[in-house]
Amino acid sequence: MGQQAENILEFRNIYKAYPGVQALNNVSFSLRPGEVHALVGENGAGKSTLIKTCSGAIYPDAGTITIAGEDFAWLTPKLSRQKGIAVIYQEFDLVNELSAAENIFLGKAIRKGWIIDRKAMNERSRELFRQLDIRIDPDVLVRDLTVGFQQMVEIAKALSEETKILIMDEPSAPLTNQEIEAMFGVVRRLKESGVAIVYISHRLDEIFQISDRVSVMRDGELLATMDTAGTDREQIVKLMVGRELKETFPEKAAKTGDEDVLLELDHVTGNGLKDISLSIKRGEILGLGGLIGAGRTELAQLLFGVEPIKEGRIVYKGQEIHPKSPEKSIRMGIALVPEDRKQQGVLLHMSIRDNISMPMLKALSKISVIQGRQENDLVERFKSSLRIKTPNIHQIANNLSGGNQQKVVLAKWLANDPEIIIFDEPTRGIDVGAKQEIYGLMDELVKAGKTLIMISSEMEELIGMSDRIVVLCEGRITGELRREEFDQEAILKLASMN
Amino acid sequence: MSVSDYFKKYAIFLVLIVMIIVFAVLSPLFFTPSNGMMIARQVSFMGIASVGMMFVMLTGGIDLSIGSALSFINVVGAYFMVKMEMPILPACLLCLAISSGFGFVQGVIITKLRVPPLIATLAFMTMLSGLAFIISGGMPIYGFDKAFNVLGQGYVGPVPIPVLVMVAVLAVGAFILNKTYFGRYFYAIGGNEEAAMLSGINVDWTKQLVYTISGFCAGLAGIIMLSRLNSGQPTTGSGFEFEVITACVLGGVSVAGGSGKMFGVVVGVLMMGVLSNGLLIVNVKEYAQQVVMGIVLTVAVSFDCMSKYRMERKNKEIKAQEGGAL
Repeated sequence: MGQQAENILEFRNIYKAYPGVQALNNVSFSLRPGEVHALVGENGAGKSTLIKTCSGAIYPDAGTITIAGEDFAWLTPKLSRQKGIAVIYQEFDLVNELSAAENIFLGKAIRKGWIIDRKAMNERSRELFRQLDIRIDPDVLVRDLTVGFQQMVEIAKALSEETKILIMDEPSAPLTNQEIEAMFGVVRRLKESGVAIVYISHRLDEIFQISDRVSVMRDGELLATMDTAGTDREQIVKLMVGRELKETFPEKAAKTGDEDVLLELDHVTGNGLKDISLSIKRGEILGLGGLIGAGRTELAQLLFGVEPIKEGRIVYKGQEIHPKSPEKSIRMGIALVPEDRKQQGVLLHMSIRDNISMPMLKALSKISVIQGRQENDLVERFKSSLRIKTPNIHQIANNLSGGNQQKVVLAKWLANDPEIIIFDEPTRGIDVGAKQEIYGLMDELVKAGKTLIMISSEMEELIGMSDRIVVLCEGRITGELRREEFDQEAILKLASMN
Repeated sequence: MSVSDYFKKYAIFLVLIVMIIVFAVLSPLFFTPSNGMMIARQVSFMGIASVGMMFVMLTGGIDLSIGSALSFINVVGAYFMVKMEMPILPACLLCLAISSGFGFVQGVIITKLRVPPLIATLAFMTMLSGLAFIISGGMPIYGFDKAFNVLGQGYVGPVPIPVLVMVAVLAVGAFILNKTYFGRYFYAIGGNEEAAMLSGINVDWTKQLVYTISGFCAGLAGIIMLSRLNSGQPTTGSGFEFEVITACVLGGVSVAGGSGKMFGVVVGVLMMGVLSNGLLIVNVKEYAQQVVMGIVLTVAVSFDCMSKYRMERKNKEIKAQEGGAL
C-alpha cells in the first residue's frame, strides 16, 4: 500500500477565500487511522474553516479531499457523516430536557413500528458508555449531568454511528482538571480502536499529553506538521505567533507585606459560600484557586453585589459595606470582569463606544442628556491606551475578536477608575498574543495602585500573576499560599480537599 | 455600505413608497395634501402610543394593556369632566397621572414579582377594560365643554392638533433614545439583560420607567381620542394594542428586544395609515381590507426579516474568518 492509502483523510492544496480574507491558503493536511492529531493556531488562523470543510458546512474554492482513497472536491454535511466524520463543537448539540439515551439517538430513534423502543436505545447507550468506560445512566436527563459528562454523551452520540474520524473543537475548555483526565481516557480508548482524532486546543500542555502529531496554522496557512515527541512548546508557540513569544508573566515587585488592608471579609456566608474570611491588601493581586464550582465566581458575585450575603461582614476601606447591586458596587469602586465574556461582559449588539461608556453614562450626562463629545473623548482615550484594534469606536462589539472584546470589557471598567477589579478567568478562550497584552495591562493596573482579585483555572496564570493565592473548595477556603509557597501540587491538593 | 445593503436596510421604507405610488395610480383622490393630513390625523393616536410601546419592546418586553388603558382613560376623562364637572386641565393631568401610574404598577409587578410582561400586561388589559365598562355603565358619556374639542378637532394652520402632538411625542421619543443615558439603557437591557446589569445599569428601575412611559403615552392618546370623538366609550381602544405592536414590528423594532429605530417606527405607523386609508379610497370592502392588511403585514415583515437574516448570515461567515485576527 502506498503512502496515500495509509491516510484515512487527506486535504491537498485546499483554498478558501472570503471577501477580504484568504481563510485557507494552499492547506494540505493528513490524518492517519488511530492517531491523535492536534491542530493549533491563534484565533482566526483558519482552524474553524478547516473543520467546516471537513464537516461539509463550507465548500473549498480549490483542492482535493481524499477520504479512505476516495477523492472529493467538496463535502456536504450528509456525505461527511456517511464517510464517518463526526465533529464535537465547543457548544454541545444536546437537548437538556431529554435523557442521555434520547440525546444519543436524537433524530434516529430505534423503533418498533411506530413506537420508540426505549429499552433498545437504553441498552445500546449502555453498550456505548461501556465501550468508553464511563458511568452514565442512560435515563438521566442531560440537564442533570455535569459539563464533563455532557461531553461524554456528545462523544457517545458521535460514536453511535460508524465514526472513523472524530474532530474535537476545544474539548477541554469547559472541563475541570479531573474531567479533562477522564476525557483523555476516552480519547485514548477511541484511538486504540482505530478512530482518527483531530484535537483542537489552546492549551499546549494538553497537546503534549495527548497528541501524536501536531499541525500549526497561521493566517490561513498550515505551516508545519510535526511529531509531537520531536518538538517543544517554544517551537510551536513561535510558529503560531510568527515571532518569539513565551508565555511570560510580568516581573513582580516585592511586597513588604504591611500594605494596608483594603477589603476584608469576615465570616461571610451566602450564595453557596460558607464562612469565608480573608483580607485583601492595597496594590496586590490576590489569586483565587480551586476547581470549577468551588465557589470562586460565587465569591465575586457577592463582592460585586449580584447576590446578597446572608451572614458576616464585608469591610471596605475601614467601613462595613452591603453590596446590594452592581450599580452600587461600581459606585464604591469595585469592578468585575466576568467569566463569560460574551454573555456577561460585552453587550455584543452594541458599539464599542456604548460598551465602554455604559457604567459611566449617568456621570457623563447633564440633566439626563449624554455629553457626546466627552463620551467620545473618553472612549477614544481608552481605545488607544488599551490598543483595541478597530477601525472606529462605532464598530459593533460582536465583530471583534475575543481578545479585543476582553479589552473592551477592561476599558469599560478602567474608564470608571475603580479601586478593586475582580477578574474572573481573564484569558479564557483568548489566544497567546492577546493573553500577553492582558497580563501586561493587569501589571500596569497594579503599578497604578489598583487592587486585583483574579480567579483562574489556568495553573500557570494563577502562579505567574498572583501575589498570594487563596484556594477554595466546595464553598470554603481550604488554604492560603504566599508567593514563596506557590506550587502546582500544593494548590491542587487544597482544591480537592474535602 | 453598498447599494444593496442600503436597499436592504431601508426595505420597509421602500415598501411604503411603493404602496403610496400604487394607491396614487389607482385613485386620484389619494395623493392630495388634504388626504395626507387625514392620514396623519388618523394615525396620530397610534403614533403617540407607539413611542411607549417601542420603548417597552426595546427592553425585550411587550405592553398589551395600552388598548384598554386608552378606553379606560377615555371613560374616566369623560367621567371627570362631564359627571364630576372638573375643569379641563386638572382632569387631563389627572388622567395622565392615572395612566402613568398603571404603567408604573405593571413595571413593578414585572420587575419585582418577576411576572412575564406578556402576562402582567394581559392581566391589566382585562382589568382596565372591565373597569372602563363599570365606570361608564356600558354607555357613552358625552356633553363636554366646547373648549375641550380643540385638542382633538382643532387645527394650527392646516395641521390638525393631534398630528402636532404626535410629532412632538415622536421627537421627544427620538431624543430620549439617542441622547439620554436611560434611552441607551433600553437597548442594553433588551440586548442582554445580564450584561446590562453587570455594567451597573439599574435594570428594574429602567423597566419600570418604560412601562410608565407606555402608560403615559396610552393615556395621552386616550385624552386626544376623547376630544376627537366627543364622547367617552369603553370600547374605543379595543384592538388598539395590536395595531400599535404591528406598526412597531413593521418599523423594524425587534420583538426580542435590543434593536429598533424611531425612524422605522414612524414608517411603520405611516404604513398602517396609508394602507387603511388607501384601501378605503379604492373601495375595498371592510373585511377584504383586513385580509389585505394581514397579507401586507406578512409580506413586508418577511421581506424585512429575510434580508436581515441574509445580512447576518453573511456577516457571520465573514466573521468566522476574521474571528480572532488581532
